[in-house]
Amino acid sequence: MAVTAPSRPLKVVYRPPETYLGPTHYCPGCTHGIAHRLVAEVIEEMGLAERTIGIAPVGCAVLAYEYFDFDGVEAAHGRAPAMATGIKRVLPDRVVFTYQGDGDMASIGMGEIIHAAGRGERITVIFINNAIYGMTGGQMAPTTLPGQVTTSSPYGRDPRSQGYPIRMAELLATLDGVAYSVRHSLHDPTHIRKAKKAIRLAFEAQVRDLGFAMVELLSTCPTNWKMTPIEAMNWVRDHMTTVFPLGEYKVHPELRKLRV
Amino acid sequence: MPKRELMKGNEAMAEAAIRAGVEAYFGYPITPQSELLEYMSRRMPQLGRVFLQAESEIAAINMAYGAACTGARVMSSSSGPGVSLMSEGLSYIIGTEVPFVLVDVMRGGPGLGNIAPSQGDYRQVSHAGGHGDTFPIVLAPASVQEAVDLIYQAFDLAEKYRTVVIVLADGSIGQMMEPVALPEYRPLPEKRPDWAVTGEPGRPRRRLTSLYLHPEDEEVVNLRLLKRWRQVEANEVRYRTYYLDDAEYIVVGFGMAGRVALSAVRMAREEGLKVGLFRPVSLRPFPTKELRRLAPKAKAMMVVEMNSGQMLDDVLAAVQGQTPVRFYGRMGGMVPFPDEVLEQIRLLVKEPPTLDEDPRERWIAHMEQMLTPAS
Ligand SMILES: Cc1ncc(C[n+]2csc(CCOP(=O)(O)OP(=O)(O)O)c2C)c(N)n1
Repeated sequence: MAVTAPSRPLKVVYRPPETYLGPTHYCPGCTHGIAHRLVAEVIEEMGLAERTIGIAPVGCAVLAYEYFDFDGVEAAHGRAPAMATGIKRVLPDRVVFTYQGDGDMASIGMGEIIHAAGRGERITVIFINNAIYGMTGGQMAPTTLPGQVTTSSPYGRDPRSQGYPIRMAELLATLDGVAYSVRHSLHDPTHIRKAKKAIRLAFEAQVRDLGFAMVELLSTCPTNWKMTPIEAMNWVRDHMTTVFPLGEYKVHPELRKLRV
Repeated sequence: MPKRELMKGNEAMAEAAIRAGVEAYFGYPITPQSELLEYMSRRMPQLGRVFLQAESEIAAINMAYGAACTGARVMSSSSGPGVSLMSEGLSYIIGTEVPFVLVDVMRGGPGLGNIAPSQGDYRQVSHAGGHGDTFPIVLAPASVQEAVDLIYQAFDLAEKYRTVVIVLADGSIGQMMEPVALPEYRPLPEKRPDWAVTGEPGRPRRRLTSLYLHPEDEEVVNLRLLKRWRQVEANEVRYRTYYLDDAEYIVVGFGMAGRVALSAVRMAREEGLKVGLFRPVSLRPFPTKELRRLAPKAKAMMVVEMNSGQMLDDVLAAVQGQTPVRFYGRMGGMVPFPDEVLEQIRLLVKEPPTLDEDPRERWIAHMEQMLTPAS
C-alpha cells in the first residue's frame, strides 16, 4: 500500500530514545521490548549513555546488548551480577547494569544476585519476572504461580513437591547493602510510567553511590502462557500481582527526597 | 644476579602476578591454594588494585570474566574442585576471546579427595578447559622459581593470543618454600586494547559476547580460535631436557613428578645407567613433535606422574609406537620418592618393555602388591 505524505506537518508526540536500537525480536505482546525502551530512555535522560555498560543474561533477552547503543557484554546463565561486579570494580566510575529473567536470577543465579546485593555492589539490576522460562520453551520458573501449568509442571505447579514462588524484591530488601528494591508491573501504561520512575531511581542509586539497586518488573510471556497479548496483560494484573504484590520494599532515604 | 628470597610457592606466585601487573584478582579459599588468595588480599589494596573474595568459584570466574572484558589484567586461583566449578566460565572467556590467567594448585581427588599434592587435574585443564572447542594454554612449573617465571609470562601470553592461560602447579609447589629471584615490577598498562568494553565516550559502542546464534558465524569463530591455537603450537611449546644426549632410556614427567624423576635420573647416572629426562613445561601445547623425534632414539620410555597416567596418553600419541612406553605413578595425593623412581629406572633397563606391553600393567601389579597390607 502506498503511503501518501501528510498535507500538514505531524506533531511529534514521542520519539524513541536514540540509544534504543529496536525493533526487537521478541514475540508480540512480550514486555521485554518495553523494559528495554524504558532502560534506554532513563539512561539517555540521565546523560549516561557514554559511560554505561550493560550486561545481557542468558534467556530471551540474551541479545539485549544488540538493542542498546552503549557498550555491552553477555553473561553466563545467572552470572550477570558477578560479571557486573568484575566490571564495576575495575571501572568504578562507569554505570553498570544487568538485565535478567526470573530463571536467570532467581534460580541458577540466586547465589550471585544475593551476594552482589549483600556486598552493596554499585550496580543496577533490571529483573524481568514473567513467571516462566521463556527462551527454553516455557518450563517452570522459581516464580511460577501455584497451580500454573508449564511445560515442566504439566499438572500445575504443586507447592508441596515443586515449592512456592520466590519473591525477589522482598528478599533483597532484607540485605543491608541494598539501597533500592521495588516491584512494578508493565501490564498497562499507568504502570509502565511508574516502572520508568523506578528504573530512574535504580540508576540514581548507583550514580549517587548509595548501594545496590533492583527493579523487579512483572512481565508477560503470551507465547508460553498460551494467551493473546491482551489476555496476558490481564493475567499479570489479575494473578501475578496477587502473588507478587507491587510495592517499594526498600528505598534509601536519599532516593525518597528525589523528584524524578 | 638479583637478590633471592625464601618464599612459599603460593605467595611467590601471587607476588609474581603483582609484578607482572595484575590489576584485579577474584578468588575463593581452597587448600592448597589459599595463601595465594590471602596474599592478594593484603597486597592488592595496598597497591590500589582490585581484590575480591567471591562467594564461590562460579562467581569468581564470572567476576574475572567481567573484569577481563574491560581489558584489565585479571587473575584467579583455585584447586581441582573449584576449577570444576569454573569450567563454564573458562569456556565463556575463551569463546569471548579475552585474556585471563588462572592458577590451579592441584590436590588429591576425585571428589573432595584430600589436600595433598597431586597432578590429577592434568586432563581436566589441558584436555578440557570448559565445554565446546576450547584451547587453554597450560604451563606446569617444577619449582617455585619456575612458577614465578611462568606466571610472569602468562599475562603476556594470554594477551597475545586472547585466551586463557592456566598455570598448573601441584600442591607441593604451592606449599613449599624455596629461594626465588623475583622479577621487576612492571608498570600497569595505560591504554586499553581496542576490543575492550570500557563504557567510554567518543567511539562506536563495543560488545563482547560468546554468543553466535547462527552456526555459520560460530564456525568462523571456531576456525579463528583453531588457527590462533596453531600459532600457539608453533611458538609456545616449552620443555626441559636433562642428560638426553646419550640417553638410551627416557623418563618423561612434568611438574613435581618431573622434578622427583630428575633426582632419580641423576642417581641412575651415578650407577652408569644411560637415562635422561624430558620434562614438558607447556602441557598445552604439548611437546608432541619433540617427543616424537626423540622416540626412535630411545630403547624405552617411562612416564612418571602423580595421577593414573593422564599425560601418558599424550606421550603414547606422540611416540606412535616407535618405542615401548612404561608408566609409573602415584595417586590420591601421594608423591613418589626418588628412590622409588630409581628402582623403576633400574627395572626399565634390566627388563625393558616390549612394544605390545600395556604401559600400565606392571605398575598396577606393583601398586596392588605395595598397597596390600602384609598379613
Ligand atoms: C548453565 C545453563 N543452564 C541452562 C541453560 C538453558 N537456558 C537458557 S535460557 C534459560 C531460562 C531463561 O529463563 P528466564 O531467565 O526466566 O528468562 P526469559 O527467557 O523468560 O526471559 C535456560 C534454562 C543455559 N543456557 N545455561
